[in-house]
Amino acid sequence: MLELAALTAFFMLVQYMITVGILNQYYQINLTSMCINIILAVSLNLINGFTGQLSLGHAGFMAVGAYSSVVMTQMLGQPFIIGILAACLSAALAGFVIGVPTLRLRGDYLAIATLGFGEIIRVVLQNIDYIGGPAGIVGISKLTTWTWLFAGTVVSTLVIVNLINSSYGRAIISIREDEIASEVMGINTTRYKVLAFVVGALFAGFAGALYAHYFYIIKPETFSFLKSFDVLVMVVLGGLGSTTGAVIAAVFITVLTAALQTFPAVRMILYALILIIVMIYRPQGLMGNREFSLKIFG
Amino acid sequence: MLEVKDIDVYYGAIHALKKLSITIEKGKIVTLIGANGAGKTTTLKTISGLIRPRSGSITFKNVDITRTAPEKIVAMGISQVPEGRRVFSAMTVLENLEMGAYLRRDKKEVEMDMEKVFTRFPRLKERRKQLAGTLSGGEQQMLAIGRALMAQPELLLMDEPSMGLAPLLVKEIFEIIQDINSQGTTILLVEQNAHMALSIADNAYVMETGEIVLQGTAKELMNSEEVKRAYLGG
Repeated sequence: MLELAALTAFFMLVQYMITVGILNQYYQINLTSMCINIILAVSLNLINGFTGQLSLGHAGFMAVGAYSSVVMTQMLGQPFIIGILAACLSAALAGFVIGVPTLRLRGDYLAIATLGFGEIIRVVLQNIDYIGGPAGIVGISKLTTWTWLFAGTVVSTLVIVNLINSSYGRAIISIREDEIASEVMGINTTRYKVLAFVVGALFAGFAGALYAHYFYIIKPETFSFLKSFDVLVMVVLGGLGSTTGAVIAAVFITVLTAALQTFPAVRMILYALILIIVMIYRPQGLMGNREFSLKIFG
Repeated sequence: MLEVKDIDVYYGAIHALKKLSITIEKGKIVTLIGANGAGKTTTLKTISGLIRPRSGSITFKNVDITRTAPEKIVAMGISQVPEGRRVFSAMTVLENLEMGAYLRRDKKEVEMDMEKVFTRFPRLKERRKQLAGTLSGGEQQMLAIGRALMAQPELLLMDEPSMGLAPLLVKEIFEIIQDINSQGTTILLVEQNAHMALSIADNAYVMETGEIVLQGTAKELMNSEEVKRAYLGG
């Protein structure tokens, strides 16, 4: 109850600050990026951190979500909620189609296969004229509000945390711990890996829809493998297998990126340096696999 | 109870098991001995459904399980103590045991079985909140055995339970195996420690490069000149 009250209070406070203009455009943009990054990091963490399957195609699912939601809202004139549903479903479907064949692969092979699929999605988008080809789609109406962002982030995190704490989650973690042992325990490992992959992709698609309806323009380039790496960095930085870590790292990286925006020349160097230092002194990530418990998340 | 008939298993071009046949009667301890690379582990993996044979058949309690999914085979009553223990190191002892009963829905009985495991392995009870990765080798082996027992197996497949353990612990593990068997669980034991394995088994098979080269009662094999020379060091 206390957590619920705290979350509500935080939501109202930010909403108030936006309304009266304390949080200007600049802060709002960063707040949006932060929420989207949290959803991306928490969902990728389900695949990479908890299931132990190294996926490098997260941006691909984000792209699927972004484009399908925009097609719904801008081209077919549907309300935002339909766009979001379409984003989630199509990204989940893409996750399923890609997951079933690739999740038989392990380690490096899976990483390369998912990287490849992520790029295929991008190239396919580039070649469909209906959605603007390489130029993308411009003039997307700004439907992503603070309410959507906040509710989206909370719901995504809650769903994933509850999944991990369920008996499904136990099976998922056992796959990371030892795939052969979990198979021997009678766990259908392919089924659970696909499940984690589909849920992860679904929320990446959701994040894509929120992104597209805030930043006015989407193009295939936005969703290149560099975006996937950004999210991967957050997950590794936060600690593979810690949802709290993923949230903290997503916030940290967003703030860091924003702060370094003013030093464009040294930005990437500083960014890389900070990552190297964290990896040397906290190779298990900021949180390891521990969680900072908020009861509402459990 | 288990009838493996003429199975052929390939790893790509490598013919790993050649027309292998094994029969296990209910209530017995059957051991499969042989050198490294003979195909012992492959045989276990094929029985538990992790590897598919190209030809031949496997029947368990008169049901053909040659193409049955591993999780269904576990549910039918075959569970495995895998080679090298393979406990879930980031999970606690208790969680590891719960994983063993993953497919079971009979909560009360699971709890009773958990108590049984703790009675058999008091060390595990003491350490039930500890992460499995922090246990000693012997304790991990006990945990792996306990975890397999949580599936309520009728047939227990054990892959080199003595591997990497001190002689005293090996002795303890073999006593535990005998005890599990005496309470009604049939056991297929894969071992490199031929002497120990033959001393507790009823029947035995000797494998070489994917084939059964000798079989008989454990006593017969213990006295066979060939086995003595090749596996018992004398």
